[in-house]
Amino acid sequence: MKYSIFSLARAALSGHKNWKPTWRDAAPKDRYDVIIIGGGGHGLATAWFLASEFGIRNVAVLEKGWIGSGNAGRNTTIIRSNYGLPGNTGFYELSMKLWERMEQDLNYNAMVSQRGVLNLYHSDAQRDAFARRGNTMRINGIDAELLDQAALRKMLPFLNFDNARFPVQGGLLQRRGGTARHDAVVWGYAHAASELGVDIIQNCEVTGFTRDANGKVTGVETSRGKIGAGKVGMAVAGSSSRVAAMAGLRLPIESHVLQAFVSEAIKPLIPGVMTFGAGHFYVSQSDKGGLVFGGDIDGYNSYAQRGNLPVVEDVCEGGMALIPMIGRVRLLRQWGGIMDMSMDGSPIIDKSPVDGLYINAGWCYGGFKATPGSGFVFAHLIARDQSHKEAALFRLDRFQRGAMIDEKGQGAQPNLH
Amino acid sequence: MRIVCPFCGERELGEFTYLGDAKPQRPAADAGEDAVYDYVYLRDNVAGPMSEHWYHGGGCRAWLKVTRNTLTHEISAVEPAAGAGAAKVGA
Repeated sequence: MKYSIFSLARAALSGHKNWKPTWRDAAPKDRYDVIIIGGGGHGLATAWFLASEFGIRNVAVLEKGWIGSGNAGRNTTIIRSNYGLPGNTGFYELSMKLWERMEQDLNYNAMVSQRGVLNLYHSDAQRDAFARRGNTMRINGIDAELLDQAALRKMLPFLNFDNARFPVQGGLLQRRGGTARHDAVVWGYAHAASELGVDIIQNCEVTGFTRDANGKVTGVETSRGKIGAGKVGMAVAGSSSRVAAMAGLRLPIESHVLQAFVSEAIKPLIPGVMTFGAGHFYVSQSDKGGLVFGGDIDGYNSYAQRGNLPVVEDVCEGGMALIPMIGRVRLLRQWGGIMDMSMDGSPIIDKSPVDGLYINAGWCYGGFKATPGSGFVFAHLIARDQSHKEAALFRLDRFQRGAMIDEKGQGAQPNLH
Repeated sequence: MRIVCPFCGERELGEFTYLGDAKPQRPAADAGEDAVYDYVYLRDNVAGPMSEHWYHGGGCRAWLKVTRNTLTHEISAVEPAAGAGAAKVGA
């Protein structure tokens, strides 16, 4: 169905009782041209781009639970393109541009809100590093503004500007950054892909790959039977190592837990997204009024989707250091997601060494903002057997070749990225 | 999550620092590039019981070998890692 002001008015006049499901819950067919494993944002976006941009409509998305039940529903909904390294800069800006037209493309309200992303700096050295990052962004045609303390005092009078140890000196602002409603992104891609004939199959866990005599992948074995495929793409960040192991592959990835938090609803306070530059804390405010915040990963391997208290304490201390008055706000919920931590902090979008199997993995804790870009370049790779130019450096073999994209310069320690 | 340090007893997680999977072994100095690549970058990324190295920096400063289930965070064994900390008690 096509959503418009007229469909909304019609539904309103009938008491909102006639809305149809926005996407089709399909049963598996025997065979598809392309199977995407993983019904999160990236998998559904890939399926939609395959159908809409690359003319491949005989596509299935297989999801072991319900769509959007993994990291797509657990992130803190931030979108931005403030990266500094070749490989990342262009890719995340491609993704940002796709966010800006997503709702029109999908005919779905994903509540994309370009309310700004502000990274605060607290020392002269940090200001210089942020100035360099901002210059890198602007040279690449991405918006960035370096704000001083006077500008921030007008915007955010409640910050702890005169903290003796970490005074807020200013910040780097990307006004085009912001937030999007994460569930609506999943449903929007599901809606638009389903309209183009993509089968979305839930409760369908992949348990193995079927291969021919040459080792080429010919399909998947699932909890709902065998399904044949011309090509198989995996977009299962958090569980990439487990799915790849079914094809005999070991990946340069560790799974770690990242926690996130939401407070009780309060009146509008935080205008955009802001990050503390002297500790692990970032925050935005949802349209419902809750403060949505988080910090660093717990730092140990985990598939448990829950974290531990030292990080809760660390994040809350960061929040108190930056905005002392949030100590009066009560925490409402706290949860964890499994992060695909790659060895250089950047993603992998590449053909695998197994013929017919394509990998989209290693998103660390930054996958949400990449959703449209990831779907587009992964669909490009699957359809044309060739990397998109903005994803050409996200190769699986870059670790072997010494061509890492290490935005933080931390080396091969996933819990430091 | 709490870890029962064999030297200090049960302590809270904040006292410990994580290194990772204890299985990878540093290849010999004359091993080829593939062996080094495998050691530095590739991981089994175990879902289930895994043997791993933790450092008790907030206590005895010994390296520990902890067997922990990555699906549940349940710890089934803690012993001194081979090296300095273990040498102190002759383990």
